[in-house]
Amino acid sequence: MNITRAGSFAAIIAAGALVLSACASGETTDNGSEGETSALSGTLVGAGASSQQSAQEAWVVGFQEANPETTVEYDPIGSGGGRETFIGGGSQFAGSDRAFNDEEIAADNFASCVPGTGIIEIPAYISPIAVIFNLEGIDSLNMDAATIAGIFAGEITNWSDPAIAATNEGVELPDLPITAVHRADDSGTTANFTDYLAVNAPDVWTVGQIETWPTEYGGEAAPQTSGVVDAVTNGTGTIGYADASRAGDLGTVAVAVGGDFVPFSPEAAAAIVDASPRVEGRGPGDLAINLDRASEEVGVYPIVLVSYLIACNEYTEGAPVDLVKAYLSYVISEEGQALAAEAAGSAPISADLRSEAQGFIDAIQ
Amino acid sequence: MTSPEIIRPKAKQRPGDRVFSASALISGSLILAILAAVAGFLMLQGIPGMFADPESVSIYTEGENFVEFVVPLIFGTLWAAALALVMALPLAIGIALFISHYAPRRLAQGLGYIIDLLAAVPSVVFGLWGANVLAGAIQPSFVWLEENLGWIPLFAGPVSGTGRTMLTAAIVLAVMILPIITAISREVFLQTPPLYEEAALALGATRWEMIRTVVLPFGRPGVIAGAMLGLGRALGETMAVAMVLSGSGVIVFDLIGSVNPLTIAANVALRFPEAYGINVNVLIATGLILFAITLVVNSIARYIVNRRKDFSGAN
Repeated sequence: MNITRAGSFAAIIAAGALVLSACASGETTDNGSEGETSALSGTLVGAGASSQQSAQEAWVVGFQEANPETTVEYDPIGSGGGRETFIGGGSQFAGSDRAFNDEEIAADNFASCVPGTGIIEIPAYISPIAVIFNLEGIDSLNMDAATIAGIFAGEITNWSDPAIAATNEGVELPDLPITAVHRADDSGTTANFTDYLAVNAPDVWTVGQIETWPTEYGGEAAPQTSGVVDAVTNGTGTIGYADASRAGDLGTVAVAVGGDFVPFSPEAAAAIVDASPRVEGRGPGDLAINLDRASEEVGVYPIVLVSYLIACNEYTEGAPVDLVKAYLSYVISEEGQALAAEAAGSAPISADLRSEAQGFIDAIQ
Repeated sequence: MTSPEIIRPKAKQRPGDRVFSASALISGSLILAILAAVAGFLMLQGIPGMFADPESVSIYTEGENFVEFVVPLIFGTLWAAALALVMALPLAIGIALFISHYAPRRLAQGLGYIIDLLAAVPSVVFGLWGANVLAGAIQPSFVWLEENLGWIPLFAGPVSGTGRTMLTAAIVLAVMILPIITAISREVFLQTPPLYEEAALALGATRWEMIRTVVLPFGRPGVIAGAMLGLGRALGETMAVAMVLSGSGVIVFDLIGSVNPLTIAANVALRFPEAYGINVNVLIATGLILFAITLVVNSIARYIVNRRKDFSGAN
C-alpha cells in the first residue's frame, strides 16, 4: 500500500517536471533577426497601459495567427510601469497613456535603443470616453464643459439645476439629487477626463489634470470601468465617465464644441487626434501630440483617451527588429485597427496618420 | 510536599513514532517560517515606502506624507470592522443560542449546516451581491434614515444615490463574519455542563434565566474568541469592500453618504494594478501596518481567552 502510494506520488512529480520543462523549452525560442525565411519567429515583449489591454489581446491573437512561429507578450502593468520597463530594457515596445515628456526624451537612456537615435511614438489607440448618466426616459443631454465640471466638482447637485436646463430646452429634468461617480483606482481614463475639464473649465475645475480623485470634490468612487458602469446603472440620478464602448443603454452627454453639441463617436474621436498639433522639437518618428481639447473645430469629440505605442528607431544588437516592425505595422493596419474597434470599442486611426506612421515603422533598424 | 521522582519506563520507539513526531515538528516550525517570511517581506519592501520622499510618491495627494496617507486608511479599516462586529455579534449569539438551546434537534442540525455554508461563499460573490443587489435595495432606507434620524451625525447625509456606503459595506462584512462567530459560540454553548443547567432549572430559573446565569457566563471566552476571529477576517477583507464601498482617503463618520473612508486592504487592491516604483513600497508599507493591527487584535483575543479560562468551569 505504502509502496504504491509512494510510486504514484513519484509519478506525479515526474509528470509535473516533464510538463514544466516542456513549457520552458517552448519559451526559449531564438529570435528571428536572421530572417533567412519569410516566416517570422521569436518572442516580442511589450508592457504598459492597461487601457490597451483588450486591444493588445486582440492584436496578439490576430498577429500570432498570421505568424504562427511568433510569440507576442503584452503585460498590462500600467502606463508608468510600462515606460519604466521600456527604459530599463525589459521590453521591446511599450504602451503608455502619455508620451514620454521632454526631460525623459532628453535623458535618452532607453536601454534597448542605440543612444542618440530617439524613439518612435505612435498614437495608435484612440478611445472615446463617454459621460454616462442614468435618468429615466432621457437618452441624451447637452452640456458644456463648465456644467460637467460643476457636476463632478460637487457644485451642481441637482438635475433640475438651471445650468443643465439652459442647454437642454424641452427636456423635462427631474428634481433629483445628482450622484457623480468617479474611478476609485488610479486610471488613465480619469487623467484624460480631468484634463478635458481643466482645459475647458479652469474656473470650476481648479485641481488640473489628476489621476487620483481629490477628496474635496466628493462624489462616489467605484473600482474599474465596470464598477463605474454598474454604479451608474444601479443608482438613481447617477452620472459617471467610462470608456465609450461600455456605455450600453445608459444616457450619454453630447459635449459643447464650437457652439454645437457633439455626441461621442469613433469618427469624432479620431478627428480630434488629427486636429491636434504635434509636440514640438521631437525627432522623426515621434508622433506625440498635444491633444487640443479646447478645439472649436466642427465634429470633434474632445474627451478621448489616446494611448501610444512606443518603440526604438534603432535597436541595439540582438533585438527582434523584424518582429517589432511586423507587429507595429499590423497594429496600425486597417485590419488591426478594425480588430481593436471590435474588441475594445476604440476609434480607428485616420489614413493620413497610418501612412505617416508606416513610413517610420519601415525605417526601424 | 516534594514531588517524588517519577520513573518513566523507556517507551519503545517504532519508526512510525519517529516519522510522526518529526513531521509534526516540521509542520509546527513551517508555520513559523512562513509567518517570518511574510513579515520579512513586508518589512523589507514596506519600510523604504514609509520613509520615501513624499515628492517622489505619486499616489499621495498634494503635500501629503505617509502618516497623513495611512491614518485615514487605518481609521477606515477599524471603523468598518467595528461596525461589522457590532452588527454581527448579537445576531451570532442569538443564532448560536437558538441552535444549542431552543431549536428542535432536527432543525438545529439543518440550521448549523446552512450557517457553515455561508462561510464557504467566496468574498467576491459577497462583493457582487453587495454592490449590485444590496446597495440598490437598501438605498431607500438610507433616505428614510436621513429624513428621520438626520440629527444623529452617523446619518447626516447627504444620502448616496447608489447606496454603496460604509453602512452597506459593514452589513456585507457582518454577513461574512457571522458564520465563524456563530460556529464557535454554538460549540461553547453546547459544552455547558448539563448539571449546571439542570441545577439552575431546579432552583426555579426559567429557560432565559438559566441561559443568562449559566450558559452565557460559561461561554463568554469562547464567544470573545469567535468575535476576535471574526474581527480579524473583517479587518483583512479585501475584495468585498473594494467592490462595495465608495471610499477615499478621508475620516468621515457619516454612514450613508457618498464619501467614505477606505480600508487598507481595499486601498491596496484598488491602487496596486497601476502602481509602480516607490508607490508599490508605500502600498506594501500599509500592508505591514494592517499586519501589525491584526497581530495586536489576535494577541488581545488570546489574552482575554487565557485570562478567562480558569473561571470558565471547563476544567
